[in-house]
Amino acid sequence: MTKFTFTEKKDTRSGFGAGLHELGKQNENVVALCADLTGSLKMDAFKKDFPERFFQIGIAEANMMGIAAGMTIGGKIPFTGTFANFSTGRVYDQIRQSIAYSNKNVKICASHAGVTLGEDGATHQILEDIGMMRMLPGMTVIVPCDYNQTKAATLALVKHVGPAYLRFGRPSWPIFTSDRPFTIGKADKMIEGKDVSIFACGHLVWHAIEAEEILSAQGINAEIINIHTIKPLDVPAILESVQKTKCAVTCEEHQINGGLGDSVAQVLSRFFPAPLEMVAVNDSFGESGSPTQLLKKYGLGPDNIVAAAKKAIQRRK
Amino acid sequence: MSNQPDFVQLKKLATQIRRDIVRMVHACQSGHPGGSLGCTEYFVALYFHLLKHNSKFNMDGQGEDLFFLSNGHISPVWYATLARSGYFDVKELTTFRQINSRLQGHPATHEHLPGIRIASGSLGQGLSVAIGAAQTKKLNKDNQLVFVLMGDGEQQEGQVWEAAMYAPHNKVDNLIATIDYNGQQIDGPVDKILSLLDLKAKWESFGWIVNEFEGNKIEEVIKALDHAKSLTGKGKPVMNLMKTVMGFGVDYMMGSHKWHGVAPNDEELKKALDQLEETIGDY
Ligand SMILES: Cc1ncc(C[n+]2csc(CCOP(=O)(O)OP(=O)(O)O)c2C)c(N)n1
Repeated sequence: MTKFTFTEKKDTRSGFGAGLHELGKQNENVVALCADLTGSLKMDAFKKDFPERFFQIGIAEANMMGIAAGMTIGGKIPFTGTFANFSTGRVYDQIRQSIAYSNKNVKICASHAGVTLGEDGATHQILEDIGMMRMLPGMTVIVPCDYNQTKAATLALVKHVGPAYLRFGRPSWPIFTSDRPFTIGKADKMIEGKDVSIFACGHLVWHAIEAEEILSAQGINAEIINIHTIKPLDVPAILESVQKTKCAVTCEEHQINGGLGDSVAQVLSRFFPAPLEMVAVNDSFGESGSPTQLLKKYGLGPDNIVAAAKKAIQRRK
Repeated sequence: MSNQPDFVQLKKLATQIRRDIVRMVHACQSGHPGGSLGCTEYFVALYFHLLKHNSKFNMDGQGEDLFFLSNGHISPVWYATLARSGYFDVKELTTFRQINSRLQGHPATHEHLPGIRIASGSLGQGLSVAIGAAQTKKLNKDNQLVFVLMGDGEQQEGQVWEAAMYAPHNKVDNLIATIDYNGQQIDGPVDKILSLLDLKAKWESFGWIVNEFEGNKIEEVIKALDHAKSLTGKGKPVMNLMKTVMGFGVDYMMGSHKWHGVAPNDEELKKALDQLEETIGDY
């Protein structure tokens, strides 16, 4: 059986920074835009080596989205960088009209998503962004789980034509996907199981893996699937798993409304009704605190996934 | 509290609040010391001289002057000032940015901290809120004033200029806005990131009365704010361009964007506190 361990921890935003720098070397059309958060987004290396393709926008996110949309006309591939809150909620209509509806090849790269942003508190901890972005027709939404996958997703985005939202975070986090392939839209079955399907994205994939170990010790055989692409959703992978296990759990660092849980619920209720439990923030705002404290307080830990899995299995009977 | 200010006492307060700021940010190893230290005189002048306010907090604040902080990241100076003004116990400053605290990283109403009337942290929104509150004061026939502070980097947000256009058009003349004109933002000096060019001319051309003054001399700040107050009620909103030094009072922080949002380590804390005498008493 597959065992996942880690020897190193890194922030997912550094995976983005490394991927972007790599893209700068690979593709002359890649341009990067940032709204006064170059260090936080780890865009310094790109800025240093490709200064003529780096655009400091200032604290003006709406302007940044418009400029990015305009830059696609003539063939540039813009990657915008700011916090997830200011990448989505702040500029929703600019994205909707100038990027999504106009089908522009802009890559919206968003750091510091979710409660693991920590001490800055609820004003910055967006938990609604996956929902907002997946509602937009034609928008690809990717939520990678560790440094490697964030780097891989950044690299994959350049070949993917069309608007995309890439969501990552601030804290140092286990790296455990070293040898796994990454394809946009293709779910990654990390651990096979037969009793319950656990679908996770972002930081919570690691918690799902930890939960699997606990469940396994109690004789419960969980299947762990990394849904790194929320849209387009890998419907066949979800159905194949739940047709086997007959129950499911979703795990995400997001509101219970609008995110991965709702996406999976829609698939199940339409094609294969089965009990579903959701591990997510239960319709509340976050607060200041350390990432570990907040993940615990808001019910996003491995224990919460274990409890949800047991409940899903029980409801099946 | 108006009329003859006791400058000796106000300076003691400013030094104590600076100690509070550095200790708060050090304790949680996060937060924004630079802008907080630069705006300390402004907060002392407001809460200990200018504002008519009641530390028995009431959200509607009818019959009181209201203050809004648009650049919410400088919450440490606001929290310390509120505590030193009696809004809550100074001991609560130890909870800054900790879990289950009312002292959120950025100001919030969600946990009901006395003194806060709106959440801020996402930049560019405070001036609009202040204008709304000022218009409500007029509708309520309440003659007290509304104050708001913004950052200079924050001027890059488009919403600021929507508000800038609206207030003079609507004769919102019970409003005194101030910009912390320290010339710094996160990625570097404002002039290097996205220049504001002639900020005074910009605000004047939008129809505001504009004053400029030095923000790190308490005498100057009080004189300027008293003057600004005398300019209210004349059909135009008032804007203060307040020249400050980021990190003022701690030599190694002064004038550098590097201290916008970084906490001092133990050694740096000691160095900072050596420069800031304990005057009123630490929390
Ligand atoms: C809408 C928005 N975009 C970006 C940020 C991140 N941010 C926080 S403070 C800051 C710089 C603010 O500069 P300034 O207003 O000059 O404040 P100072 O650095 O002088 O304290 C930025 C970009 C934010 N809080 N809100």
